Amino acid sequence: MSLDRTKPLLLPLALMLAFELWARLIHLQSDSLAPPSAILAALATALADLSIPIATRDTLFAAFAGLAIGSAIGLALGIAFGISRPLDRLMEVTVEAIRPIPSIALLPIALIALGFGYRMEIVIVAFACVWPMLIMTRSAVRSIEPRLMEVSRALRLSAPQRIAKIVIPAALPRIFVAFRLSAGIALIVAVTVEIAINPIGLGAGIMLAQQALRADLMLAYLVWIGAIGYALNILLIAAQRRLFGRAALAGDHP
Amino acid sequence: MNRTAILWRVASVLVAASFIAAWQLVADLRLVSPVFLPGPDRAWAALVRGFSSGDLAGKLIGTLEHMAYGWLAASIAGIALGALIGSSRTMRAYVAPSLEFLRPLPVSAIIPVAIAMLGLTQGMALFVIAFGAIWPIMLATVHGFAAVEPRLYEVARSLQMSRAAIIGKIALPSALPDILAGMRLSLTVALILSVVCEILAGLDGLGHWVLLSARAFRSADLFAGVILLGATGYVTSIAMSLVEQRLLAWQTAAR
Repeated sequence: MSLDRTKPLLLPLALMLAFELWARLIHLQSDSLAPPSAILAALATALADLSIPIATRDTLFAAFAGLAIGSAIGLALGIAFGISRPLDRLMEVTVEAIRPIPSIALLPIALIALGFGYRMEIVIVAFACVWPMLIMTRSAVRSIEPRLMEVSRALRLSAPQRIAKIVIPAALPRIFVAFRLSAGIALIVAVTVEIAINPIGLGAGIMLAQQALRADLMLAYLVWIGAIGYALNILLIAAQRRLFGRAALAGDHP
Repeated sequence: MNRTAILWRVASVLVAASFIAAWQLVADLRLVSPVFLPGPDRAWAALVRGFSSGDLAGKLIGTLEHMAYGWLAASIAGIALGALIGSSRTMRAYVAPSLEFLRPLPVSAIIPVAIAMLGLTQGMALFVIAFGAIWPIMLATVHGFAAVEPRLYEVARSLQMSRAAIIGKIALPSALPDILAGMRLSLTVALILSVVCEILAGLDGLGHWVLLSARAFRSADLFAGVILLGATGYVTSIAMSLVEQRLLAWQTAAR
């Protein structure tokens, strides 16, 4: 049991140790690499002087605001398309035409319309989050047990009542899976926008560290961004297990 | 397609056309400043102008090249590494958790590191695109190899097949649906990273084109570029589904 637990850790630890030794043996001087000890030291300094916490706050704010807007739009459209087959068929070509636009291609449009800052980043994140939410909510709503819909008709529920009392509760586990995927996408898009152009947050921080030729700080940012992505993923998976148990896992691999 | 399906399709196209008409109306009435929002007529004119002067075609080819080279490199390396890791139980136990740990990392965060190592070059773009696109393919391959029906392996052992034969004749074909799904996912990743690299490194491509157009407030050219990027995403994904259908035809037939 204890061996099974340590196995996954052996490879990264061995690699880090080997790299540390190699860097010390040849007295590494580089603009792109730094030994793990230097990276950890840079990470500790940047955490202590609050530059990384502030950047993290900016990135997470933009990512979550975009996620909230994008997934709300995606959810509403997904439910509407899932309930009404004619509406879905009418909008099919429009959705198919807009969806393949890579979110990052909207960056220049958002830039001239909104300028640098939170707003343009939030818009791009929101655009990226609409699609997974729309597609997965639509299929979740469509796969609701038909008898439940018959019950709602027999009870003469109005459309809003039907959505609130039958559709959303029945589709919720799979909607949460979609939300989890969208949250990952939101973080990726936010960091990408910051790296490409927007001068706020973690992405801008890592670019600045690179331009200042601070390899240790740059890699510290990289490790930190990775840790944030990992923590967000773990948190959402735990929430999903807690809230829905096995019901959500069933929707994970449709 | 039967008649009702065609009718629905026509109606759907009409709805899309009415959205474009609404866009034209908004632009004509100048509800939004034309600096930000050109009408579809101006965007189309910019598209035609760009192609007839050859500028835009060159940029499109540039982006397609970045995307294709990076994606192909990622596919070959991803399937090979995934097969290596997935076909051995020991490798899976030691290596797969590290891969899962790296998966949620926003791959664009590797761009500054690549710039520090390789400079603002084509090589940098290729490295970043391949690095970003390899994950979905490699993880899908590992997963596909791990999920092969165990009795097939027993058959292979009783036939005394070599390890290479097992991989080529049993594991790869049955992991193929997973691998193709991973390749489709990384096609999108490759397109996005191509655009980001072109923006950052000023490489010849649509990403650079849209950024320059935005800086010069040439909104019609900008929209033409964005439309072309959307078309690129659409066409590559359609092509991928055709390949998928063809390669997996045996599977649906067997079921």
